[in-house]
Amino acid sequence: MEPVNSFTSRVVPLPNENIDTDIIIPARFLKITDKANMEQYCFHDWRFDSAGKPRLDFILNQTRAKGAKILLVGKNFGTGSSREHAPWTLMAFGFRAIISLSFADIFRSNALKNGLLPVELPASTCSELFELAEKNPAMELTVDLASQSVKLPNGRSVEFPIDNFSKKCLLEGVDQLGYILKQEKHIQAFEQAHPVTVPTSQLQ
Amino acid sequence: MNNLPPRTLFEKIWDKHVVQDEMDCPSVLYIDLHLVHEVTSPQAFQGLREKGLIVRQVGRTVATADHSVPTTDRSLPITDSMAANQLRQLEINCREFGIPHFGIGNPHQGIVHVIGPELGLTQPGMTIVCGDSHTATHGALGALAFGIGTTEVEHVLATQCLLQRKSKTFEVRVDGQLRSGVTSKDIILALIAKIGVGGGVGSIFEFTGSAIRALSMEARMTICNMSIEGGARAGLIAPDEITFEYLHGRPFVPKNAAWDESVKLWRQLPGDVGATYDTQVILDANKLEPMITYGTNPGMGIPITGSIPTLESLEDDSSRRALARALEYMNLSPGKRLLGHPVDVVFIGSCTNSRISDLRAAAGILKGRKVNPKVRVMVVPGSEQVKRQAKQEGLPELFRAAGCEWREPGCSMCIAMNGDELRPGQYCVSTSNRNFEGRQGIGGRTFLASPLTAAATAIEGCISDVRTLL
Ligand code: SF4
Repeated sequence: MEPVNSFTSRVVPLPNENIDTDIIIPARFLKITDKANMEQYCFHDWRFDSAGKPRLDFILNQTRAKGAKILLVGKNFGTGSSREHAPWTLMAFGFRAIISLSFADIFRSNALKNGLLPVELPASTCSELFELAEKNPAMELTVDLASQSVKLPNGRSVEFPIDNFSKKCLLEGVDQLGYILKQEKHIQAFEQAHPVTVPTSQLQ
Repeated sequence: MNNLPPRTLFEKIWDKHVVQDEMDCPSVLYIDLHLVHEVTSPQAFQGLREKGLIVRQVGRTVATADHSVPTTDRSLPITDSMAANQLRQLEINCREFGIPHFGIGNPHQGIVHVIGPELGLTQPGMTIVCGDSHTATHGALGALAFGIGTTEVEHVLATQCLLQRKSKTFEVRVDGQLRSGVTSKDIILALIAKIGVGGGVGSIFEFTGSAIRALSMEARMTICNMSIEGGARAGLIAPDEITFEYLHGRPFVPKNAAWDESVKLWRQLPGDVGATYDTQVILDANKLEPMITYGTNPGMGIPITGSIPTLESLEDDSSRRALARALEYMNLSPGKRLLGHPVDVVFIGSCTNSRISDLRAAAGILKGRKVNPKVRVMVVPGSEQVKRQAKQEGLPELFRAAGCEWREPGCSMCIAMNGDELRPGQYCVSTSNRNFEGRQGIGGRTFLASPLTAAATAIEGCISDVRTLL
């Protein structure tokens, strides 16, 4: 994973609340067995009509979305399924941070493991950002992980929460699996005290 | 005996599975059972290969094919090459890593959340994960069970452990007695309509109260299954005599003296007297009606005799926008009733409602009646075992005689990955768990309801109150 630190980018505002993972990537695209070429699936059914033509009135098809790294959305983003294809496709599209009032639990966890920052901001800041982005499509924000803050155009900084462990992993670009693997001694001790009763392999 | 403060069921299971707790780090939690399916696992197996890792505990892992499998004649080749490839990939991965695999044709094949309990793989007090958000289903047996992403699937395959932070506890107490025609599906739809799809975020539900205690094991699974639709990652019900009776004699539960020993331990799982929850919601079962959704998330639900909310009745702009958008997608009008609204398809299936008791409930309504000829009715059993049981009871003939399709087990039109899908604009009453835009096919419109409501709708050809047919 690439280390995450600080970046400045335009913002794509999408005020819908409860955007679910079927919107982010429709289930019919989950038949892939790798992570290649995932840009095309991102918000597919909102981006393209039934003939596959881009819907020009959808913000992700507009110039302001080109190269943008920040998606600003309504509350409870990523509700629904556990598909990690959701953060994969958002990142393939170019996003590095999602700003919302709140995130669904599994989506947040999946995003953090891929270097996609779930930036949770208070309601007042979210509405302010929607207004600013509406007025000025070229508005840029700076997201800084080290200081856990988003810098607004007026110079004001707003902090967002992130647990120390995830933050450290993201800043250093390390996979959390390494941490679990280092617990080998404890895992072995636990397994000795808790043996399998009936192994799944008993029945084939 | 001990001086621990009173703990909830969740806290007891959690405490027992913590392998390591370091300052400033999430807990390392041991996973007793890892369920695997074709959609969320290929990239995880690839990760193992790239890192030169093996599966740590094949005896705690089991795989089944469910999402992409056709529900038509299984002796024919799979026409969708991507689905066929994904299913083949699962088979190859399981063979390479030594994991038991229930593929097409295996007598244990079925929807992952249906086969866990029916084989007795799911047991009280366990920690269970799967790369699937409806893993919450297994909580009905008093197991801490939740969905994980593909990176975490890889973690669990490699280490049998997961990094987790302790969730908050949320008690959903349902007291009273359900009236005739009202089911556990209606309890959970009513809960989500009340608290919203984000209501349980950060929490784990524990369902308590006399109405929950009175439910059968399978009806409890329907409730826990949809915990995720209320935003909670898991839903739990304390194990009791109904749980033990359900599990006794199933293939993977301990036998003889080991069984007695297990039951003794399971009896200690329910929350202690005086244990408290971070949040609590109370529902009165006596007041519940059959529920149905009208919108594009499972929180947009109303009693079947109710009306779709008006824009004016909502508090903030953002909800008004959400309602307007949902109704535009559904092509429905605010303030209108849903009763009598025509439907094109009725789907009876999914990990929410495809167990034998669900099929029996639907069959009870359909027996001796005919479905409306304008409606396509699909009945999809949750597993090969459910299918066998249904056959023994003569249900396929009954469904066919009524004019329904009886199909092979799998996820089918719950997620529309296998070719079973709605056409744009079609309306469907579905016993599944998600009514998101496009969930049952591009442009498809879903009303979530119970198997009873689905059966009544199939007969009338429009959204119907099953109580008029009882
Ligand atoms: S039946 Fe539907 S919700 Fe259940 S596991 Fe399959 S796709 Fe997921």
